[in-house]
Amino acid sequence: MEGGGSYGSDLDNLKATELRLGLPGTDEPKKLPSMLPRSSKWAILEATKRSSSEIKSVEKDQKPAAKAQIVGWPPIRSYRKNSYQAMKMEAETTGMYVKVSMDGAPYLRKIDLKVYKGYKELREALEDMFKCFSLGEISRMDESNVYEYAITYEDKDGDWMLVGDVPWEMFLSSCKRMRIMKGSEAKGLGSIP
Amino acid sequence: MSEDEEDERGGGGEGKRWSPDLVGGRGGGSGGGDPPPFSDQVLENVLENVIQFLDSRRDRNAASLVCRSWCRAEAQTRRDLFIGNCYAVSPARAVERFRRVRALVLKGKPRFADFNLVPPRWGAGFYPWLAALVPAYPWLERLCLKRMFVSDDDLFLLAKSFPSFRDLTLICCDGFGTAGLAAIAEHCRHLRVLDLIENDVEEEMVDWVSRFSTTSLESLVFDCVGCAVDLDALEALVARSPSLRRLRVNQHVSVAHLRRLMARAPQLTHLGTGSFGDGGGGGGEMEVADLRAAFAASRSLVCLSGFRDLAPEYLPAIYPVCANLTSLNLSFADITADQLMPVIIRCHNLQTFWVLDTVGDEGLRLVAATCKDLRELRVFPLDASEDSEGSVSDVGLTAISQGCRNLRSILYFCQRMTNAAVATMSENCQELVVFRLCIMGRHRPDYVTREPMDEGFGAIVMNCKKLTRLAVSGLLTDRAFGYIGKYGKLLRTLSVAFAGNTDLALRYVLEGCPKLQKLEIRDSPFGDAGLLSGIHHYYNMRFLWMNSCKLSIRGCKEVARRLPHLVVEVIRDKLEEDDVEAVEKLYLYRSLAGRRDDAPPFVEIL
Repeated sequence: MEGGGSYGSDLDNLKATELRLGLPGTDEPKKLPSMLPRSSKWAILEATKRSSSEIKSVEKDQKPAAKAQIVGWPPIRSYRKNSYQAMKMEAETTGMYVKVSMDGAPYLRKIDLKVYKGYKELREALEDMFKCFSLGEISRMDESNVYEYAITYEDKDGDWMLVGDVPWEMFLSSCKRMRIMKGSEAKGLGSIP
Repeated sequence: MSEDEEDERGGGGEGKRWSPDLVGGRGGGSGGGDPPPFSDQVLENVLENVIQFLDSRRDRNAASLVCRSWCRAEAQTRRDLFIGNCYAVSPARAVERFRRVRALVLKGKPRFADFNLVPPRWGAGFYPWLAALVPAYPWLERLCLKRMFVSDDDLFLLAKSFPSFRDLTLICCDGFGTAGLAAIAEHCRHLRVLDLIENDVEEEMVDWVSRFSTTSLESLVFDCVGCAVDLDALEALVARSPSLRRLRVNQHVSVAHLRRLMARAPQLTHLGTGSFGDGGGGGGEMEVADLRAAFAASRSLVCLSGFRDLAPEYLPAIYPVCANLTSLNLSFADITADQLMPVIIRCHNLQTFWVLDTVGDEGLRLVAATCKDLRELRVFPLDASEDSEGSVSDVGLTAISQGCRNLRSILYFCQRMTNAAVATMSENCQELVVFRLCIMGRHRPDYVTREPMDEGFGAIVMNCKKLTRLAVSGLLTDRAFGYIGKYGKLLRTLSVAFAGNTDLALRYVLEGCPKLQKLEIRDSPFGDAGLLSGIHHYYNMRFLWMNSCKLSIRGCKEVARRLPHLVVEVIRDKLEEDDVEAVEKLYLYRSLAGRRDDAPPFVEIL
């Protein structure tokens, strides 16, 4: 990944503000490796400690302070559990990072498209990201009801397209980079939904 | 709990009916050995000719109890033998009574073995049975093993010993690898079915697909085999198998290869895809369009599964077959409700649907709106941990109950549930036979009223008159078990975890549920008193499993003393126990074979 230092400290700050269940100072339980070796079931067995007295002391819906993984709970077979672990790991590690430029901004940004569920979230994220440049709001429209800025992307074939026309998944698979261009340049692209 | 596929229709009675007086050479009457007079022989022939038409093993068990000659006639004509617990009877005894068996179903470890609660090497080895089958049933055709330990050598011996062998189904077994599969493929010349379902297969890098010698293959299921197979060989196999109807491949089969396989077998009725995405190669819209054409050409498809490594833009490829689907398994596809919608609205004939909770309550609403004939629903959690967010809740459950009135079986993992939703389901879905609700956070109450989940589960047993299988969860008091004992008269399987307050709960169930066959309990405060309250019933059950409860060695010994035909196993995780009195794991089951001789050191048989 690029952007060495600042990117790293951003992450640290994020972690501090992250909402989690559990007492402050406790860490999330370690994630299990996805590709478990043969007799993988027993790696889990050995790696976790179960304490029934702990369980009994939890009468209401409070979480126990020390979060211990319980053997065999929830009751999902290893085969399925391992597959899901692998799926989650893959989803986390393979980001879909694309560069985003904005007309007038001194430098570009990079975002992970996989993080967003749809166009609305993407637009909001871009707003947030670029408002520090005081270039105006991406979503603001002028008198003739046309947006001040147009969000466009370059697709696999090298064409510049208006963001929002195709289904989200298709957009994800074809977007190579994005550009937020001034509305005056974007004339002819039509009004943006 | 979990995804167990128990066949509830046939559950219950075993191949060996529990009747100590009538079996083998034991029991009253004359010393045995006098040949029956002529007329009796005629009668037996007639009996055999009639009894051979009995299919259901329960009917056969009943018939065999009438008298000795009926017992003999039935034994001579039984072709399908079902052994629900491999330790309930010795192989020698089974083959001695039933001489003409062609098909055998054999089950080994208790179900909680699926969740790592049974230590490895506990038992359920196939070899002792195999050794008895080889000389006794040379014409054996079909074999189904569940939760047994099967080695490559076993498979090798199996493949060489039965010239008419046709069907092999292995479910949740372990101990074998691709070498064993190669032996089966090569030597079973009339193989029709090789179904490998959720086994733990050793990756031995032996090419087995190219070894198939049969031309009558009807079903090949190998999605649990972790290593890649020779795809050209697979295609060749499919090409020369005109009877092939069911094919489920593993995730190493790409979309491109899948298309070729489908082209070779347009008559497929059941298809399990491999990876359903572009594999990072950027296949693009062309590939999706070609794939769609392949599905359009598969006019017989009724069951779809697989969808590993799914790229959502590939989903539209299955639209052409959706209307014909009766079964769809998307439980390995991480998709949202939006991504599910265009698929599910086309599936109005769906009867079985497995899905991930990532579709959320909204996704379930869509299912309820379209799949009016849904019989079985399973919702699995992508994040199977106690503190996960949980994407489905009481809302989804209620929606399903309102839309799918024909529902027979449900397995539902969630984090939030209400008594009201469960009660609503009990009222709307009167056909429910299997109700398994797993609230993943332990001891969670109704999140709206903060009350225990007693009333919800109570409503289920009270209103669902056909219920035979129940799995409970959430915060539950003895009251819930009172309801189960009072109303669960047809209940055969009950799974309990982190529930109940006192031994009363266990007593309610053991005294109230006359049909109870399988009871599995974990981490619940039940002790010796509760255990002893079932003494009158244990001979009628297949097994009782209890782990992390409050049992002591004294109570278990008492049970063993009073019920000599019960095998009472105390299983320890570590050999050096601090507390010798406490029993960590108890597994008890009726048996004609007595204490088994293959018990490992950490198993003590009382």
